[in-house]
Amino acid sequence: MEALTWTGALTWLNPILGLSAAIMVAAYTAQIVVSVMPRAGLRSAGGDVASVDRGPGGVFAKTGSYAFRASIVLILIYVLAGIFVGPTAGIVGAISRQLLPVWLALVVTFAVSVVFKRKLGLYGKLFDSTVGMIGFALVMFWVFTGIFGGVFDLLVTHDSLSQVSGMKNKLPGTPLARADATDYPWFLLGGDNLARDVFSRLIKGSWVVIQIAPMATIFAFMVGITLGLPAGYYGGKLDVFLSFLANLILAFPVILIFYLLVTPEIVLTGLPSYMAIVLFIFPLVFVAVLLDSRYYTQPSVRTPVLIAVLGLFGWLYLSMISNDGALVKTSTYDIPGLPAFLDLFDIGPGLLVVFVAVVFVNAPTVFRIVRGLALDIKTRDYVAAAQTRGEGPWYIMLWEILPNARGPLIVDFCLRIGYTTILLGTLGFFGLGLESESPDWGTTINAGRRLLSLYPHAAIVPALALLSLVLGLNLLADGLREESLRD
Amino acid sequence: MGVFILRRLGVILLTAFCLTFIVFWLTNLYPNLEKLAKTQGNFRMSDEAVASYLGNRGYLEPTPVKFGQWLGVVPGWVTETQDGKVFGRCFQDGTPVAERPKFCGILQGDWGYSTVFKEDVGPTVIKRLGLTGKLMFFVLLLMVPSALIVGVLAGMREGTRLDRSLSTFSIATTATPEYVSGVIFIAVLASSKFGLSPLLAEWGWIDSKTLFLGSATSAMKDATFWNFFLPVLTISLYGMGYIARMTRASMTEVMTAQYIRTARLKGVKFSNIVLKHALRNALIAPFTVIMLQIPWLLNGVVIVETLFNYKGFGWLLVQAASNNDIELLLAVSVVSVVVVLATQLISDIGYVLLNPRIRIT
Repeated sequence: MEALTWTGALTWLNPILGLSAAIMVAAYTAQIVVSVMPRAGLRSAGGDVASVDRGPGGVFAKTGSYAFRASIVLILIYVLAGIFVGPTAGIVGAISRQLLPVWLALVVTFAVSVVFKRKLGLYGKLFDSTVGMIGFALVMFWVFTGIFGGVFDLLVTHDSLSQVSGMKNKLPGTPLARADATDYPWFLLGGDNLARDVFSRLIKGSWVVIQIAPMATIFAFMVGITLGLPAGYYGGKLDVFLSFLANLILAFPVILIFYLLVTPEIVLTGLPSYMAIVLFIFPLVFVAVLLDSRYYTQPSVRTPVLIAVLGLFGWLYLSMISNDGALVKTSTYDIPGLPAFLDLFDIGPGLLVVFVAVVFVNAPTVFRIVRGLALDIKTRDYVAAAQTRGEGPWYIMLWEILPNARGPLIVDFCLRIGYTTILLGTLGFFGLGLESESPDWGTTINAGRRLLSLYPHAAIVPALALLSLVLGLNLLADGLREESLRD
Repeated sequence: MGVFILRRLGVILLTAFCLTFIVFWLTNLYPNLEKLAKTQGNFRMSDEAVASYLGNRGYLEPTPVKFGQWLGVVPGWVTETQDGKVFGRCFQDGTPVAERPKFCGILQGDWGYSTVFKEDVGPTVIKRLGLTGKLMFFVLLLMVPSALIVGVLAGMREGTRLDRSLSTFSIATTATPEYVSGVIFIAVLASSKFGLSPLLAEWGWIDSKTLFLGSATSAMKDATFWNFFLPVLTISLYGMGYIARMTRASMTEVMTAQYIRTARLKGVKFSNIVLKHALRNALIAPFTVIMLQIPWLLNGVVIVETLFNYKGFGWLLVQAASNNDIELLLAVSVVSVVVVLATQLISDIGYVLLNPRIRIT
């Protein structure tokens, strides 16, 4: 087997791509330069009609946009060619074929969404903004990669943990030493310093990130909303106290919190388990109050609904916080939890403490945002109308204020998932929490940075992956903000 | 105004007190103390040996008492061992009875003793703070002007190509945490095998092997562009995007104001409108953002100092925290909390001073 080059049989396309990209950059720069210069742009187009002379700026803009489209088409050719000819089209082609399920899922998602976009509310409007679509595509790319690679075990070429002798620190595209017929014959993105396949670890790592970041953000939002609404709505002593607590946590440098909370010694004291018990109950409280405030006038509906929903959430809650049949497990005492046969899933103590730390860091910021929104919205007329109708305070908070605060909250939710991803990476970068062989991106960057100037690929690949996911989330948030401001 | 500042100072003191107590409590949990005893003594200590080691050094007293000792409001511990040695928190074995101080805590100006570096905490922290101060100075010098320029240029004419390119650039920088940009910069600019440096060296454009140095250890003594630019750039980039976006938002708002329209209708040149009419009002909001960004830079400092091996305050934090060096960690957290709260105070006061429409009673 020969080593793969980056683009294989399509290498003749590279100069063309480079040229069109260069033209694009040059044209856009020229357009910006021209636009700064003063222009005498009005000319008469006959009669009373005046039209603006587009001038050289317009020509540059047109050239730039053609070059931009040409670059996009060329990149698509690389991907499409890769799907059909695979490794013949080099590393890019091989990766592209490997990711075929992701491309299919992306195409289906976009096709369905664009066709029905008028019926899909804010989500549909996203497809009116280019920035939003690019962001959404990046995010969904990683979501599908995480799901297909992590759950169904597709996409990956090698086991993400097994070490292959002779593949230590090998460059991207190196053929596998002593490959069996069943093995995938290359390390597509090279090997890391423990001779593991960087590409497979990238895919497996995306699943870790895609799992934890949104979940932790949801929990942070539940905590922030459940505490922020009453703080803003009632005000007074409650507000002073809760705001002081929030500011207290925010005054901690994040890294100090991580170093204090996410260590094996702290896990031994059982402190993260206590924090998990407190923090994870907020979704339960939120849902209970949400339903109760809505249906308390119809007890015949409320009681069965509450029993069913709370039963389900309570079960999930207990499964989440109990590990090996114990809620809190320390060297000196145990607090018994759900027995193992009722426990739906186990998240190990290492993952639990990461989860708790990330929720703990994010919740105060969400609290402040929700409190500010509640302070603003509670002066509106529809709130006064609800108060006059005699609605209870929790009904007003959850069914009048919260729905009207959803715009900024959705935008912040997207941004915050990105920020959580960054925080997870930071934890991994300092080697805290997740075990050192975990494929998540932060840990991989940390492992790769020691040999950075000699073998950069092991750190660069997850770094670029993290960058693209967070960038996608930020662009998505930007698109959503633009579209939600429009109406 | 005076009352406002006094009240804020009170809140700051209360917050700092609560935070240090939390840090104190967390670092004094028994497993942490056990780890401390084992790293200081030896790793094969029995449980009894650990207990007596900790007991002799006053670690096993109740947490509030220990906290009081650290603050300097409770007399320090004194241990008399079986072989007649007497030593305590405030004095070593062999000090005459008359010279033994009773209290020694931060109120007396004694910040304690670092178990990792085997020296007094006060001078250690000050030395490292000086190094980080140098880093921060250059970061602010690079970050603030470039962020303001980017923001003003983008917000000057909303929706143009310039605005869109610069906005995309600022979004991209906020999406690039320091450990990502640092890794990319080192690989592209500071590796002798990959990226730009081998090319440039081959063409003879640079004298040294690499364009920049990937480690900033030498910059602690003598900082040059070559060894200090990458860490400074890495921290600045992440903070820059946010300030630039805030400046842009504030600038676009100002540019739609009535007085700008009046100026345009009077025929004032566009450059004069931006520089003389819009800029001053547009820079009020970014001022608070910049001040509030400083605590966030602390995070970046920790990451970058670890990545580039620059032994400043962030590096000290990592060392103190990973070795559970209690008194050093407390001093580090006091410093960082004071920085956070002081910048908040300055941003509030500055906002009031800059914006005459706001009056605090």
